[in-house]
Amino acid sequence: MTGAPLIEVEDLRIDLDDGSRRVAAAEGISFRIDRGETFGLVGESGCGKSITALALIGLLRQPLSIGSGVIRFDGREIQHLSATAQRNLRGNRIAMIFQEPMTALNPVSPVGRQIAEMFVLHKGKSWREANQLAVEALASVRVPAPERRVKDYPHQLSGGMRQRVMIAIALACGPDLLIADEPTTALDVTVQAEIIELMRNLCAERGTAILMISHDLGLVANVCRRVAVMYAGRIVEERGSADIFRAPSHPYTQGLVDSLPRLGSRAALGRNRLKEIAGVVPAITNFPDGCRFNPRCANATDICRSVVPTADFLEAGGLVRCHHHA
Amino acid sequence: MKLRANLIIGGALFALAILVGVLAPWLAHTDPVMDANLLNAEEPPSWTWWFGTDDQGRDIYSRVVYGARISLTVGIVSQLINSVIGVALGLSAGYWGGWWDDVVNALTNVMLAIPSLIFALAIMAVLGPGLTSLLIALGLTNWSFTCRIARASALSLRSQGYVQAATVLGYGDLRIMITQLLPNMLGPIVVIGTLGMGSAVLSEAALSFLGLGVRPPFPSWGSMLSDARDQITTAPWLSVFPGLAIFLTVLGLNLLGDGLRDILDPQSRSRRT
Ligand SMILES: Nc1ncnc2c1ncn2[C@@H]1O[C@H](COP(=O)(O)OP(=O)(O)O)[C@@H](O)[C@H]1O
Ligand code: SF4
Ligand SMILES: [Mg+2]
Repeated sequence: MTGAPLIEVEDLRIDLDDGSRRVAAAEGISFRIDRGETFGLVGESGCGKSITALALIGLLRQPLSIGSGVIRFDGREIQHLSATAQRNLRGNRIAMIFQEPMTALNPVSPVGRQIAEMFVLHKGKSWREANQLAVEALASVRVPAPERRVKDYPHQLSGGMRQRVMIAIALACGPDLLIADEPTTALDVTVQAEIIELMRNLCAERGTAILMISHDLGLVANVCRRVAVMYAGRIVEERGSADIFRAPSHPYTQGLVDSLPRLGSRAALGRNRLKEIAGVVPAITNFPDGCRFNPRCANATDICRSVVPTADFLEAGGLVRCHHHA
Repeated sequence: MKLRANLIIGGALFALAILVGVLAPWLAHTDPVMDANLLNAEEPPSWTWWFGTDDQGRDIYSRVVYGARISLTVGIVSQLINSVIGVALGLSAGYWGGWWDDVVNALTNVMLAIPSLIFALAIMAVLGPGLTSLLIALGLTNWSFTCRIARASALSLRSQGYVQAATVLGYGDLRIMITQLLPNMLGPIVVIGTLGMGSAVLSEAALSFLGLGVRPPFPSWGSMLSDARDQITTAPWLSVFPGLAIFLTVLGLNLLGDGLRDILDPQSRSRRT
């Protein structure tokens, strides 16, 4: 099965049940990630990135649910697996780290124990072996003096150290896919770079694929080979990350690129304010007809307000959904 | 240090009561049941009979010392049963929610509506008097506060990042409840358990006083009080010393519970700083 993708999402729709009716919080989501590949999901807050990630690991809970579409992991449809089989995938073959390293660790349990628990839970190790493996796992994320650190409680560690522990936990069982949902948003900029570097190196060494989720296009393009841009529950553009910077095709992507501070640019020198995209992401219950970006788009015409743009495949590879794309 | 006075005094009183119970065979002067001697009947407290003797000439001091065993066993064991029931029901109800939560809530409301001593009385009436019946009756009737607290804690804890993280890492429900939720709610549960032990000691006394507790001639503080009823004016020491033992033990447990709350409950902790 070497040629088959690790994860394949086809026309996924996520429903939000607000009591009286079902609305699509995300729809037409399709992408694939190969083994060992790095794939990014970018978009402003509220675009549906996190719920897409939750759908992948079978953890959408009321009022959200999978409306239609297929998610295949390693050739098997996730929705058709039993609850137990889904649970056995989580943490074992698909791991996830979150934005909040402050709260993602149990405050009353030593960090070593929390790492060791993964080996006990998924690999059937004894606590003795697991504790030994936890020291090694902590060493692998470059925590100094790991044999002493395993006894520390989360509050004794800095934010960066805690995120390292989270990475150690996530990678403990050697997963095939690591989902990183805004993994460094809560950290200092310098620590951010270290953590990203560490995550990328470890995954590259072990052949772990990464699905990196962030509002920060710069960060994602830096880590990932390919990037999908999400807006209001739809993927509007999917490209190689080099292309997306050089020649963003969708006006929304264009806006994201323009809002990034670039080294040497006038914005970075402080003469010009960074260009923000005017307006906000619409609420799910309030999605506009046609292209959902139309109220914020400078190029919008009549057709944009009534017809949903379909995917155009670009010559250089990748696709875009816009009536008037570059 | 002043703030911890309740913890120290309460802990000391409770530890003393346990020590007395454990060391009863060495501390007691006579056998609490067998050493009756009508020649010594109703002696007031003296150097020979520290707490006096009863109408059968049994040494009250020795009986109070042995009584600690029964009173504390009932207090500790019945409260443990209550804590386990309360935590199991409340934690699972708060975490799972849904119909199970409704069931547990209804059950808790019933328990809260009926005074627990009345409920225990009814169970004792069915089971008959005796130590085992006492443990069952008191162990099944005082879990509602623990249940309430466990449920409320589980409700607020289940949205914590580390609980969600555990779900994402493939923890099963039971593992989440035991490793993520339980340790984080232990503080208030222990506080309530300590206070509950005090009230169980009182309930034991009350039930034994009504003749439903431990069968005579074995001494429990409550049954000693019950026996002493008729002689309260003629031989007050018969009721004073077991009464004092109950008072000091319950006082100790309440102080201990308060003290533990001060150090374990983050809210009262932050209020002080
Ligand atoms: N549990 C939920 N109940 C209702 N709406 C939700 C829930 N979770 C997310 N949403 C909505 O779904 C949309 C997408 O959310 P999310 O995936 O978290 O966005 P992001 O791209 O910032 O990760 C948002 O509009 C959010 O309000
Ligand atoms: S379809 Fe129209 S509104 Fe949407 S992004 Fe393209 S130009 Fe703008
Ligand atoms: Mg998010």
